[in-house]
Amino acid sequence: MRKSFSFSSVATVLGFAFLYAPIVSLIIFSFNESKLVTVWAGFSTKWYVKLFQDPQILGAAWISLKIAFISASLAIILGTLAAYVLVRFRRFLGKNLLSGMITAPLVMPDVIIGLSLLLLFISMESLFGWPAGRGLTTIIIAHTTFCMAYVAVVVQSRLGDMDESLEEAALDLGAKPVRVFFDITLPVISPALVSGWLLSFTLSLDDLVIASFVSGPGASTLPMVIFSKVRLGVSPDINALATIIIVIVALGVLVAATKMKPEKGY
Amino acid sequence: MGHKPQQGLLGWFKRRGRTLVIAIPFWWLMVFFLIPFAVVFKISFAEAIIARPPYSQLFTFAENGVVQIKLVIANYGYLLEDSLYISAYWSSIKIAFVSTLITLLVAYPMAYYIARSPLRRRNVLLMLIILPFWTSFLLRVYAWIGILKTNGIINNVLMWLGITNEPFVMMQTDFAVYVAIVYTYLPFMVLPLFTNLVKLDQSLLEASNDLGANSLTTFFKITLPLSVPGIIAGSMLVFIPVVGEFVIPALLGGPDTLMIGKVLWNEFFSNRDWPVASAVAIVMLVLLVIPIMLLRNAQNASHEEGA
Repeated sequence: MRKSFSFSSVATVLGFAFLYAPIVSLIIFSFNESKLVTVWAGFSTKWYVKLFQDPQILGAAWISLKIAFISASLAIILGTLAAYVLVRFRRFLGKNLLSGMITAPLVMPDVIIGLSLLLLFISMESLFGWPAGRGLTTIIIAHTTFCMAYVAVVVQSRLGDMDESLEEAALDLGAKPVRVFFDITLPVISPALVSGWLLSFTLSLDDLVIASFVSGPGASTLPMVIFSKVRLGVSPDINALATIIIVIVALGVLVAATKMKPEKGY
Repeated sequence: MGHKPQQGLLGWFKRRGRTLVIAIPFWWLMVFFLIPFAVVFKISFAEAIIARPPYSQLFTFAENGVVQIKLVIANYGYLLEDSLYISAYWSSIKIAFVSTLITLLVAYPMAYYIARSPLRRRNVLLMLIILPFWTSFLLRVYAWIGILKTNGIINNVLMWLGITNEPFVMMQTDFAVYVAIVYTYLPFMVLPLFTNLVKLDQSLLEASNDLGANSLTTFFKITLPLSVPGIIAGSMLVFIPVVGEFVIPALLGGPDTLMIGKVLWNEFFSNRDWPVASAVAIVMLVLLVIPIMLLRNAQNASHEEGA
């Protein structure tokens, strides 16, 4: 017992070092004076200044934040409906199909989702005239679709853990199903809704491949701008941007972790 | 319940509420997830033409009102003829397989350790596993450029230590691609393994010890076989998306790192041959059907266990 335990603890320490070394290096070199990202030439915050003077990055960041906010909000509604239907409704026509369609986007390669949605949008445009052109709307639809799958997974596990007798009691006492959902189910699953929304928000903010397919002129998201920059090599202002994102996320997770203590596991 | 059926829209809504609740997510996914595959399938039989959109119509109406259907199978033939596609599929599957195996080897001890930790530490470690997942995937892949490139961190350290005089070439190689894949997909492997290992019945291990088995035997005879559903779920969560991975080979791989995601991207964005890109996607989907079924079975098994 002892032996395997000590092996796994060493492996765990190494594993965490592997997970965090690149992130730490990004942060350190964002404060590097030199343009050569990996040669230390003294402390400087000039890349942060440069970042906030770059209209292309700021514009793309604003577009990405808008898309992420709307997509995450839509995904919460659709994903929760899907999870509720799958966990609470015993049998209905197409239940297997729905559960397949809700899990498949989690693993489906981005290039396939991106290509298929673009071809759908183009076919729909030529058949019904909607969506006219591509841009924010098409990206939001695409992001909502894959984010709702993540929301459904998170909400499904919470609903599964939930004590169903609470809902049954309320129904027995004569409450309408809609009322039971809003007064009992929703408050109980609200932590899952918060983490599902945050997860969708970051996933949407992060997506490069799908957005590249379904985007149109004038709707370049932040990852698209970052990708075109880093394709040419490292650039220190991207390190600065990464540091800002990492700090915001770390703070958010810390706040979330202290606000709502997870009861079991995660 | 003995309600009187109500009239009008409200009544309809009340009676049909259940159907409506099912229909909204169902039809959203039908329209924006399943039907798009049918569109891809259709366009994979079209012909690339210089027009907007750049593919021919399958159905045309002839003058006498007869519908003509023109299927072009050449796109699939093209995939077979040009060795580029076959070697790209093959090397994607190889890269996905090898990196899934490495990820499993790295993730298993971590998941094992986390599952055995006291509750407080367990939650902290789990949060540390999930945290990188919340920061930008693109930026974490980008971080490896600075670490692996010729005048990057690893080479600087090695040369400063005097281990080598010549920098190692690591960027734009398959090695860099493997490192970044294992790195980005590690949490996807650790989490399902953890969920499985944390449910492991400790009394089985105690019984095995009491009966005189040493810890290695106990591990291989009890822990490992019982964790197979977790291994399958984690492996598929890594393998399936990696087969179609684009960002990692595009940023870290070299020109000879062939991956089908990159080929599809180039076919679409550079060659603007949408029908061939569609055929590439359809073949990729067919290749992924078995792994996806495996994943579904593993997940269903763990759901039933949990219930």
